[in-house]
Amino acid sequence: MDAMTPAAQPTSARPAESRADAAPSGKPATTLKEHIVEIISDSGEGAQRCGQSLGSIAARMGNGIWTTEIIPAEIRPPARSVAGASGNRIRIGAGPVTNGGDETDLVIAFNEQVLLGRVRGNQLKPGCTILLENMWRASPDAKIAASYIDTHDRLLKAGYRVREIPLEAECRRHVADPRQGKNMFALGMLCSIYSLDLQVAREQIALTFGKKDRGVIAQNVTLLEEGFKWAEAGLDFKYRIPALRNTRPQIVVNGNTALALGVLASGMEICAMYPITPATSASHYLSDVFEKVGGVVHQAEDEIAACAFAIGASYAGKCTVTITSGPGYSLKQEAIGLAVMGEIPLVVVNVQRGGPSTGQPTKVEQGDLLTTLFGSHGDAPKVVMAPATIEDCFYSVITARKIAETFNMVVVILSDAGLATSQTPFPRPQFQESWLAPPIDQSEVPEGALPYAWNPTTGLARRFIPGQPGGMHTVTGLAHDSASHVAYDPEINEAGIRARSLKLAALQKTLRPPSIFGDAEGDLLVVGWGSTKGTIEEAVGALREEGHKVSSMHLQFLQPMPPGIKEIMQRFRNVMTVEGNWCDRPEDEIIDETNRRYSALAMLLRARYLIDVDCWSEVKGQPIKPSVVIRALRARLQD
Amino acid sequence: MNMAATECLLQLYEERLQLEDYQSGVPRWCSGCGDNAILAAVQRLCRDEGLRPEQTVFVSGIGCSSRFPHYMKTYGFHGIHGRALPIAEGVKMARPELTVFVNTGDGDCCSIGAAHWIHALRYNMNITLFLHDNQIYGLTKKQVSPTSPIGTKSNTTPRGAYLEALNPLTVTLGVQNVSFVAQAVDWIPEVLYDIVKAAYHHKGLSFVRIVQRCPEWLPKLMDPWMHDPQKVQLLHHESALKISSSIAKVYKNHIEHDPLNMDRAREIASSTGVVPVGILYQNPSVPCYEDIRRSSGLRTADYVRRGLESEFDKFTVWPEGADGQQAA
Repeated sequence: MDAMTPAAQPTSARPAESRADAAPSGKPATTLKEHIVEIISDSGEGAQRCGQSLGSIAARMGNGIWTTEIIPAEIRPPARSVAGASGNRIRIGAGPVTNGGDETDLVIAFNEQVLLGRVRGNQLKPGCTILLENMWRASPDAKIAASYIDTHDRLLKAGYRVREIPLEAECRRHVADPRQGKNMFALGMLCSIYSLDLQVAREQIALTFGKKDRGVIAQNVTLLEEGFKWAEAGLDFKYRIPALRNTRPQIVVNGNTALALGVLASGMEICAMYPITPATSASHYLSDVFEKVGGVVHQAEDEIAACAFAIGASYAGKCTVTITSGPGYSLKQEAIGLAVMGEIPLVVVNVQRGGPSTGQPTKVEQGDLLTTLFGSHGDAPKVVMAPATIEDCFYSVITARKIAETFNMVVVILSDAGLATSQTPFPRPQFQESWLAPPIDQSEVPEGALPYAWNPTTGLARRFIPGQPGGMHTVTGLAHDSASHVAYDPEINEAGIRARSLKLAALQKTLRPPSIFGDAEGDLLVVGWGSTKGTIEEAVGALREEGHKVSSMHLQFLQPMPPGIKEIMQRFRNVMTVEGNWCDRPEDEIIDETNRRYSALAMLLRARYLIDVDCWSEVKGQPIKPSVVIRALRARLQD
Repeated sequence: MNMAATECLLQLYEERLQLEDYQSGVPRWCSGCGDNAILAAVQRLCRDEGLRPEQTVFVSGIGCSSRFPHYMKTYGFHGIHGRALPIAEGVKMARPELTVFVNTGDGDCCSIGAAHWIHALRYNMNITLFLHDNQIYGLTKKQVSPTSPIGTKSNTTPRGAYLEALNPLTVTLGVQNVSFVAQAVDWIPEVLYDIVKAAYHHKGLSFVRIVQRCPEWLPKLMDPWMHDPQKVQLLHHESALKISSSIAKVYKNHIEHDPLNMDRAREIASSTGVVPVGILYQNPSVPCYEDIRRSSGLRTADYVRRGLESEFDKFTVWPEGADGQQAA
């Protein structure tokens, strides 16, 4: 196999600093519309950084990208373990890319065991190109060598295009500890494979290692260039994915960083949290930067304390956010009810993960919609929003803070592990002062004014904040009258419940009907929410190209639901949801119409609009693939 | 920062507030309940210190004691069971200029809210905490509490409490960063007031355990201490509480105790038989969490914008040929 022969080339002469060295080396490059590539290693070997850098380089060149972190559940899984794959998966496209796509086309693996995990998880396309570190073939440990050879041979037999690559051996020629540099060598290889501009890659390395000294940058650039050269000479294939030239600056962050940036931009000053996967990285980032804008991240002693702390701060006039994931959200439920009852603005971010219980902490699921809508005891109306894109993650926090303070309500933002760990560029936001919270009202309260003077039409009441003379009252979680006095009077109790409920209707009156992807009428309308938007629209787009009369609608507000939904649904012969939470399979033996459990959004739509909404779902802990959705929709279209 | 506009205004006249300016409604506690004594002491404190009602917040959890804020004509937050402390911490973090009190009971603080109690001591925010300890659940009608003496008959322990009582003083004194621990009893209002006042003046989390009677569920529990003044041990020190001559005449068991002496404080807290009354521990040099965490810069829109733009810069992919610096 040609790739097994190390390309022995002199390394002394540095190529001149020009873009000429990025020019194709004469190998014909196959033009592709898109490709999915992943780099996987044991954790700590730098595959994540390699993948993120590749994504950034492609984005800078104007390609659409969607990167997804591949994260093992453990911090330091044993080396060379099937479950220990750590790395990054990048879908590179000629146009905008809205989701992670289907199976992988090309993978660089630092050992065969982490690769096995991906193979067994059906993550690789049949015939996928595998670039496999070959150092294990000559391992002094006979077991390792045998395992490597066995896996290699079986992969070949299974039809994969396996190329062995001397990553370690090549890196050793340039650096003392190849474990520290393999990832940049691999990056160089990928730049060659995808005809990416080496100069852009050098700049990206300088950006990535900006905080380190120049020696580190220089060493990584050397490895990058050597990897590039090696691939130019040592591989017999090369691709080119045409790029559209960027005209606007774009931000490349994952959903959690976008949420944290949203917190900064919303003018909130305090985030109270307790560590939980997969939400915590938002707080990590916020902890690093919040103080720069006068903010505080408070790591509380537990989830309940985090929520109560946020409520206290909000009550005192500074709308606060608490960030968590499913199990933490469950713990906060009682406190959320208090904020509802006291009409204290509060922003709660729930980065959903697999459930119930500890479930799948690092995996994607949309299982918390109903608990968010109906959670806490009693009737506890709150606003529920679900960002559908990374960009939404940023803006939804700004919107949530505004709604929370305007309506004195709890606003829950339902993100998920998929958005949390994926990156795709979005236009750099233009700061607006109106994003920020206004100064705290400290004006004197007119005599006779009441803290819960509920407007009979909208349910809204002006809130009095500590510091306002004349506004003194005691907020209570007990049923209370408009003076906030504890009241057990049946009429007063109902008046309070009515007012808190009316506020959702008042907000609903300000919402616009959702837009439709595709025609406004047809055979099938697909409804989704949250992180599945890109996938659903890609699937619907593909079916439309085949001539099917299918459209989709994605809901950003789950509570209240915007107006116009029923009218939209009525213009389609069939309506179904595509969701990442369980619905019983009609084909199962004991499942019928009397006992079938529908997916969350389908249940809501059926209940509210009396329309026979069907559903399809997948809860495998992975982002749903467009091809899988296409199959599901096609089956429904043929029914 | 955090200076409210009202604070900047020149105070044109001096207003002296009276007790009734802090009184709201008629307390619904049972007659003889120790909560009444605490309310009286605290209202007196507010008047004597001239606390602005609009700048003062009482936060409570759930239980008889936690009705307290409803009877104060200040801002109040009657929260949920066990969570008064984290709510109060949020208030203080958001608005350090507000004066924050917490009223909590033995069930609220030492049982369902125990985690928050421990951590509140570590945070040491400038909050005054009153633990209304009547050693029984009152509002839910007589269940054993963590501070109920062993053998206490209650609706959940009809044959007597099985476990030794938790001692809130020794627990509190065992937590790193603790800065103020005192104990008072509801039947000596003068000393109760002095302790409440000292707690208010301490900068940091002032933990005041108030041993109080529950005439409804445990009417005779404190009788041995009430009927024998020798069983009340008054702590005094020139830097802490001084005992008035009238009190000294009745309560003759006093010892001098320097509140900086933690070892001695723990010994006193562990004593059985007598009820120590006074300041067991005070260390004014423990930093407050809100002072450590809050930045002092004025948080203008431009300040936020600059911070945000510099973060955007880190993640921006510039179109080829664009000048990043300029666009930022």
